[in-house]
Amino acid sequence: MVREKETTLYLGPQHPGITGNMMIKLKVTGDTVVRAETHVGYLHRAFEKLIERRNWLQTFTILCRFCVPEPDPMELTYARAVEELENREVPERAEYIRTIVMELARLQSFMLWYAGQSGSAGLYLTGQWSVGDRNYILDLFEELTGGRIYHMYIWPGGVRRDLPKGWKDKALKTMDYIEKRLDEYNKIMFDNTIFQKRAQGVGIVPKDKAIEWGVVGAPLRGTGIKHDVRIDEPYCAYDKLDFIVPTQEGGDVWARALVRQEEARQSINIIRQALEKMPEGEFYNKVPNPMKWTVPAGEAWTKTESVRGEVGFYVVSDGSNKPRRVHVKGAAYTNGITVLEKILPGQNIADVSFILNSMGVCPPEMER
Amino acid sequence: MSFFDLKGMLQPLGAVKQLGKKPHTINYPFETKKTADRYRGLHYNDLQVCIGCGNCSTICQNDAIDMINIEGVEHSRGDSGLRPRVDNGRCCWCALCVEVCPTGSLNLTKDYIYVTPDANAFLWTPGVDNPEGKNDISFTSETEFSLSMYNRVPMRELEGSERVKSFAEVVLGYNEEEARAEAQRCISCGLCTNVCPDTMHIPEYINAIASGNDEDALRIIYDNNPFPEMCGKVCTRQCETVCALTHRGVENDPNDKGAVSIRWLKRYATETAPTAAKIKEILNPVIAEPNGKKVGIIGAGPSGLTAGYYLALRGFDVTIFEAKAKAGGMTVYGIPKYRFPMESVDKQVEYMESIGVKINYNTTVGKDITFEEMHTAFDAIFVGIGFQKAWTLGMENEEIQGSIPAVDFLDIINRGDKYDVGKKVAVFGGGNVAIDGARVSARLGAEVVILYRRRVEDMPADWEEIIGAQEEGVRIDPQTIPTKIIKGADGKVAGVEFLRAEMVADDKGGRPRPVAIEGSEEIFECDTVIGAIGQEADYSWLPESFKDKIEIKRGMMIVVNEFNQTGDPKVFAGGDAVNKTADAISAIADGYAAVKGISKLLLGHE
Repeated sequence: MVREKETTLYLGPQHPGITGNMMIKLKVTGDTVVRAETHVGYLHRAFEKLIERRNWLQTFTILCRFCVPEPDPMELTYARAVEELENREVPERAEYIRTIVMELARLQSFMLWYAGQSGSAGLYLTGQWSVGDRNYILDLFEELTGGRIYHMYIWPGGVRRDLPKGWKDKALKTMDYIEKRLDEYNKIMFDNTIFQKRAQGVGIVPKDKAIEWGVVGAPLRGTGIKHDVRIDEPYCAYDKLDFIVPTQEGGDVWARALVRQEEARQSINIIRQALEKMPEGEFYNKVPNPMKWTVPAGEAWTKTESVRGEVGFYVVSDGSNKPRRVHVKGAAYTNGITVLEKILPGQNIADVSFILNSMGVCPPEMER
Repeated sequence: MSFFDLKGMLQPLGAVKQLGKKPHTINYPFETKKTADRYRGLHYNDLQVCIGCGNCSTICQNDAIDMINIEGVEHSRGDSGLRPRVDNGRCCWCALCVEVCPTGSLNLTKDYIYVTPDANAFLWTPGVDNPEGKNDISFTSETEFSLSMYNRVPMRELEGSERVKSFAEVVLGYNEEEARAEAQRCISCGLCTNVCPDTMHIPEYINAIASGNDEDALRIIYDNNPFPEMCGKVCTRQCETVCALTHRGVENDPNDKGAVSIRWLKRYATETAPTAAKIKEILNPVIAEPNGKKVGIIGAGPSGLTAGYYLALRGFDVTIFEAKAKAGGMTVYGIPKYRFPMESVDKQVEYMESIGVKINYNTTVGKDITFEEMHTAFDAIFVGIGFQKAWTLGMENEEIQGSIPAVDFLDIINRGDKYDVGKKVAVFGGGNVAIDGARVSARLGAEVVILYRRRVEDMPADWEEIIGAQEEGVRIDPQTIPTKIIKGADGKVAGVEFLRAEMVADDKGGRPRPVAIEGSEEIFECDTVIGAIGQEADYSWLPESFKDKIEIKRGMMIVVNEFNQTGDPKVFAGGDAVNKTADAISAIADGYAAVKGISKLLLGHE
């Protein structure tokens, strides 16, 4: 058998088709990927080490920088870990506010995904629309937290500030608007034959391997496996709210896209319910003077469902005023490093970044 | 689905409809975006409210804030004189600096556009370089969700009705949990250290308590204060008046203003060593080899003992001459036992004696030994005689039975002797000594009235002493000027005549003066009159030849330099005879300063 000549292509670390600073070394024959090797290390900022030098409160301001498209799950997961170590109670209102923030974060992250997914298929209009509409969600964040991208809003004990006056109505209006717009995105993206052709049967994660490979999030639900931390191990106010976790069969880009499309609608549903059901009361169980705040020795492992999947924080305290160790398992860690190497061979070069977007690859949270 | 699926091909073209819609972008610069009410933009600092505590700088995880001197802001009491400067190139707008600002002076504004080609221009001082920021404040820290802890852990005390039954200590002290919680409130700014006459290492020992190292705390305290137990119980605590937390803690308690209970924490630290032996075990003091120099100290009060203790540690041969039977000076004979129990003093003095301080009790200089003899026998002398002689009231019948100065009265009671105050007592004065006299009289079963010239809020006594006295049934009659002590048929005190006074604003801008209202004479019938209007020093023991060398202002205050050295280089002085504040902590500071002075004089180094 004559072996075809292999060419090496480097996708990244600087490339329009890459979803962050990482590199994928592709061995191709013609247009087909034969082997893929993921290379990370371009974005390592030693956050986990930096945390060891910061006190328990200072830490929360750098957590959001783990993942630009969706910073809030990091704050929440850390806060919950510290609360678990301390047995600190969180007021019920804060739990609802946290739920709303999480879902808003998911929603705005879906909007970015719309842009990436359709943009990598050459459909730029969806991206222009969704990124524009995403700003309305960022406006909500700005009014609630004081920041648009990095909110630094969820901290141990609750949240930093209560809902501002009139925020609830504004949020409900924004949800109505976004819901309407999601239909319009569908017309230009999901109903579009080009997108359908590009997405179907591409980048398949086999159902029987998904769990073994450690696939999480929409890619896992796209194979038909119903796994979502919000349902399996509810946190915040999720157990008091009514929502569905969509699944699709097939495990391809198309299945994942459909899962996300429905999840975005579910986020709107959750936000509406939480806004209505939210009780009045305290929003913050104050921590002591941050300079002298010590957390009892112990370890905690908490996880949260982000858009890209399960985010986990392993926090160890030695009883001092600084965390001894914080280890972060970003949602994209397995999806972006090992799973890609398994599903890219056999795909077309043009589909690589399409699949990257579909797998929710986010290098900053893979490397911290 | 075939490629020629018409719906899938045409539907996307529907997007053309969007062309007619209003864009959701804004037409900058003709339109500007409305920024949210709690936007975290550039910093603004209210320079007048800021006290330069540096908490913002400490919490900043980016090291973006440093504290600098700026023009127009001077270092003053409770204000470091420093102001934060922000490096906007490092700032991440997390606003933790705002959340921890104890005064609420630091805020973030709605401004977020800052364009300059000069990289150094990103380093600027909020409030100085952007005075207009005042109108754009958005992200603020309200007291209720500020991360500063404005609520003091309350001190447990005996009930007022219970207290008057005995001389048992009123304040019960913090337990471990309370002390940890209270120590945790401290933000370690060190403004307190600046006003402490003795510049004690306050943030350091509070930090030690907060982290559970009580013995470390004691070691830190002993670095420059050998009387922590006394200071922990009766200090006038200048430190607490400037605590950074007082600025916004007023709402919670107008008296302590939410200041960290520095005094009670010190008291807690001293409780780790219940005996003199334990103090020695914890401190494990290093005593220098004897250096052959002899120092004589007159008076075993706080200043004399402090000087004695640290000189002994430095290898000096120290002898203290004390006229009374016990060491401790006014803290033993002047402060009532319900505030400062005798055991506390004994323990302290026992520890000092154990490291080599010699105390000659019942030895009066001028009688048992002359000053000249001391002057020849010792290489240096420290004078810590205090104010023992009470001021006379200058009033008719002052000398009759039943009329007694407060210091003498307290001295008798503290010695354990009896004094019959009768059924009713009138106390003149508004300072701590007056309150002590009143509260002691209440414990002896009398009905007590304090007659004070000015208003209650003008009283120089501690607020908690005033409240304590009232809780124990002492009545304070303000704006009253005693004029005469009335002599009864038996030759003893029968009452006091006094005039009511009204407060008149002072023309020179001073505090309002009381002016007697003519014809408002009233009489309060009583069995005892206690005058507490002040004390002075007695220099009758000092030979005339030395009086010329040692400068004494107005016959009262000895003039000293920074090392508490008097006009005679060999003679040092400290305590009430030197300090206007006339409190124990200043006396301790004097003793400590004199130790440096004596070392410099005799050994050539501080």
